[in-house]
Amino acid sequence: MVNLIWVGLFVISILYAMFNGTMEEVNKAIFSGAEEAVAVCIGLLSVLVFWLGLMRIAQNAGLLTSISKVFKPIAVKLFPEVPPDHPAMGYILSNMIANMFGLGNAATPMGIKAMEELKRLNNMRDNASRSMVTLLALNTSSLTLIPTSVIAIRMKYGSVSPAEIIGTTIAATICSTIGAIIIDRTFNRR
Amino acid sequence: MPTYESFVEGGKEGLSIAISIVPYLIGMMVAISVFRASGAMAFVSDLLKAPLDMIGVPTEIVPLALIRPISGTGALAMTTDIIRTYGPDSFLGRLASTMQGSTDTTLYILTVYFGAVGIKRMGNALKVGLLADLVGIIAAIVFVTIVFG
Repeated sequence: MVNLIWVGLFVISILYAMFNGTMEEVNKAIFSGAEEAVAVCIGLLSVLVFWLGLMRIAQNAGLLTSISKVFKPIAVKLFPEVPPDHPAMGYILSNMIANMFGLGNAATPMGIKAMEELKRLNNMRDNASRSMVTLLALNTSSLTLIPTSVIAIRMKYGSVSPAEIIGTTIAATICSTIGAIIIDRTFNRR
Repeated sequence: MPTYESFVEGGKEGLSIAISIVPYLIGMMVAISVFRASGAMAFVSDLLKAPLDMIGVPTEIVPLALIRPISGTGALAMTTDIIRTYGPDSFLGRLASTMQGSTDTTLYILTVYFGAVGIKRMGNALKVGLLADLVGIIAAIVFVTIVFG
């Protein structure tokens, strides 16, 4: 699907430019776009390194483990088919917490581990169980509390207040996560 | 407690993320700049403007809303393009920032998580994920309008 969109953008642009005489602008845009992309990555670098460095300290200090205790009752409610002390529950919690702190790279392996355990609970069948769909819904709606890369981009383009979008982001995230849980429950009840 | 060593270790991960997205971002940002420069983006926007205006959705945000569930770096490139063009503190800049931060790439997560453990029949997962994205996008528009509008 991404391949189709990507090629489509180019084909449509070039055809449109041929008929409307904007080829000159298109030529310039190729180079300015590439330059801009590199500049964005460099802008992201400083913030990503600093934030992930700080988060690693928090992780090694056991902060994430203690936070996960707070969220356990919620996770137990969301995954009624998973026994509370099953290893799957531990991985689900780690995955949720890592997502919240914007640690995508730490969240993914935990999510995959959780999926493996859930598959075991589902007698190794190759269809998605109810808990798997719930876990997926939680991840796609993204529980992010601090959108690191967005803040970095806003800083790069001279925002007066780069972090001002945290409030609206959290509000929208909560809506989409609750929405995901409700939609998931509605489908599963049938 | 080795705080400094922990920091450096985590920082290295940040470094590898920033470097690994360079090719993705170049590919997507060039495609989007070309699309904009050719005038095709303005043409499509003009077509959609009337119906979207009626429900209070700014046209410029539509491409981002469409690409968000499909490609994470594509959406990042689109968000960057909107922030660069309209400014980070404009209504569109804030809306794009909120949308980028509040949902994740459904197709990527579906592929990675189910692919890794060999799930072939996905059940309602795709439907739930995409509907949740829609909820997130609507919520982003509503909240940004209330707070910054």
